[in-house]
Amino acid sequence: MHSPILKVQNLHTWFETPTGTARAVDGVNFELYQGETLAIVGESGSGKSITALSLMQLVPEPAGYIEKGSIFYKNRDLLDLTWEEMRALRGKDIAMIFQEPMTSLNPVLTVEKQIVEAMQVHGTATGAEARKRAVDMLNKVGIRSPQQVVRQFPHELSGGMRQRVMIAIALSNNPQILLADEPTTALDVTVQAQILDLLASLQKELGMSMLLITHDLGIVARVAQRCCVMYAGQIVEEAPTSELLKNPQHPYTRGLLASLPSRARRGQELYTLEGVVPPPTRWPKGCRFALRCPNRMDICKNVLPGETALSPQRRVSCHLYNSDSAEAAVPLENPS
Amino acid sequence: MLRYIVRRLLHMIPLLLGISFISFGIQQLAPGNFTTVMKADPTVSPAYVRQLEHQFGLDKPWPVQYVLWLRNALHLNFGYSFAYKTPVAQLIFQRMGNTFILAVASMIISWGLAIPLGVWIAVRKDSWLDRIVSILSFAGISAPGFFLALLALLFAEHTGFLPVGGMHAPEAYFFTPWHNFTDMLAHLILPALVLGVGGCAGILRQMRGSMLDTLGEIYVQAARSRGLSENRVIWKHAFRNALNPLITLFGFSLAGLLSGSALVENVMAWPGLGKLILDAVLARDLYLVMGSFVMGAALLLLGNLAADIMLMAADPRIRME
Ligand SMILES: Nc1ncnc2c1ncn2[C@@H]1O[C@H](COP(=O)(O)OP(=O)(O)O)[C@@H](O)[C@H]1O
Ligand SMILES: [Mg+2]
Repeated sequence: MHSPILKVQNLHTWFETPTGTARAVDGVNFELYQGETLAIVGESGSGKSITALSLMQLVPEPAGYIEKGSIFYKNRDLLDLTWEEMRALRGKDIAMIFQEPMTSLNPVLTVEKQIVEAMQVHGTATGAEARKRAVDMLNKVGIRSPQQVVRQFPHELSGGMRQRVMIAIALSNNPQILLADEPTTALDVTVQAQILDLLASLQKELGMSMLLITHDLGIVARVAQRCCVMYAGQIVEEAPTSELLKNPQHPYTRGLLASLPSRARRGQELYTLEGVVPPPTRWPKGCRFALRCPNRMDICKNVLPGETALSPQRRVSCHLYNSDSAEAAVPLENPS
Repeated sequence: MLRYIVRRLLHMIPLLLGISFISFGIQQLAPGNFTTVMKADPTVSPAYVRQLEHQFGLDKPWPVQYVLWLRNALHLNFGYSFAYKTPVAQLIFQRMGNTFILAVASMIISWGLAIPLGVWIAVRKDSWLDRIVSILSFAGISAPGFFLALLALLFAEHTGFLPVGGMHAPEAYFFTPWHNFTDMLAHLILPALVLGVGGCAGILRQMRGSMLDTLGEIYVQAARSRGLSENRVIWKHAFRNALNPLITLFGFSLAGLLSGSALVENVMAWPGLGKLILDAVLARDLYLVMGSFVMGAALLLLGNLAADIMLMAADPRIRME
């Protein structure tokens, strides 16, 4: 595979809260390659959104801050850039779409104004040209009456339409990277599929790289070539999607897969992961999944497992696969 | 839109009728009328008093008086003031101009200060500046208007820098028009400041809160993610939306112009409608009070309507009705 377009190393993004420091993102590593879709999947609260916002350097201030790490893009560490240099990249090189199409468009501006503004600020297109391009973009994201929609306000559009408009805005400057944070979570199931297919086809057509954030493994299977599983501020497993679904390694990944309704056999009770994610102000000393883990060993409670490379494309952070810590590293059956 | 305005205007008619009826009735609750003082005066003959009572219909039962008043009012005849011996409408319009000058000046001060300052401290939430302005504005909310007015009078008295009370210098009659105007401005400064600073604090709190709400919205985050400058994010995206609740407030303050300035007008002797009304109520000048009340109520309703229209213009979600 070619060299990564984005390389995130040892990223830590923390929040100062009244109850202590919330280590929302706590040592995240991953690489995003040119022209691929990489999924980050994990339960709500695991730090996915904050990871994406960190890449944009838009972590909510003043509580949140990037404690350490690096984010390499085109051989430069984005964390070394000035605010102005970073601003020039936002929406131009790296664009983002959000979970809530209902609230991510400005209610008092027409669709046209919001698309045109996105192009104008980077000088991609101005005036009549920008307005024409706005209509083209709406066409591109599958809106059938773009001439009419450009003049409308967000509240006049359905959720799916709004998310299409968000995508049109994000893609209006032909970005290298699209960060899609749960782009379909708030939508009806049928609309979800349409938007996902749209994103997948646009990603191929424009040759951009996409980081797709979701809590739904079903979505991962549909669009992503590779997948990172995130738990409690860290990535616990990374694998090509097909391998991950066929042969999950981390007990957490197995649990996630087993709890997918589509995977359950008829007449069988649906598997559920016991317990909840601990609060990010008080991560356990050892493995953060240990308390919920069906394969827990003594070492798990006290030592945070390091990364083990299972193959050039696979890694997992779990004592079961660490030859130093696991005598009993027998590959496990899937739960249930 | 036009139909909406017409409908709202039509709705005002029964409201105004009700208000005028109640105001009329309330004034009958207290014993006596405009002639009571005259009756106690031995130099005024009882025959003259009776003649006056007959002339103004005061000898009839009050519901009859009300109907008479209403019939005249519908023909835009609001009667004569007992005390000023002048048509009520003429008195009110003359004084309303003065109140209007004071109100506009004070609103320019309060809104002109509160809006930019509110946005500014919202953006710098929890900074020293924010804290200082917040404390000052709480003090501003709690300080009674007459206290500020007295402070201002004291200041004028001691420094001699600005005139103490009134609207014109006594010798203004001999001034050139330009001199007359600057003299009026000099008289305007203190009452306008007192009213403006008093009103500023509440608007400031509202602006800050509303701005903080919108700064936390996802569309503001999204605007930043498109590479917009912070200025543009704040003014074009956050501020435009934060302004909507302020427009409602603006409508209220527009509607409350009259009552708001009444106190300052009285303390600082500004010859406005507020002072006129108070004097009229004390003198039991029935038709003047009625005219002022109905005028005030109409202003209140029109102010609300104006605010709703402005809100419709500002927020496309409300335009749909
Ligand atoms: N503004 C904030 N202030 C304090 N803590 C926050 C804030 N935003 C997020 N967090 C913390 O970061 C954690 C991860 O949040 P997030 O990245 O949004 O999770 P998700 O994986 O659901 O997208 C949350 O559990 C929360 O504790
Ligand atoms: Mg999220």
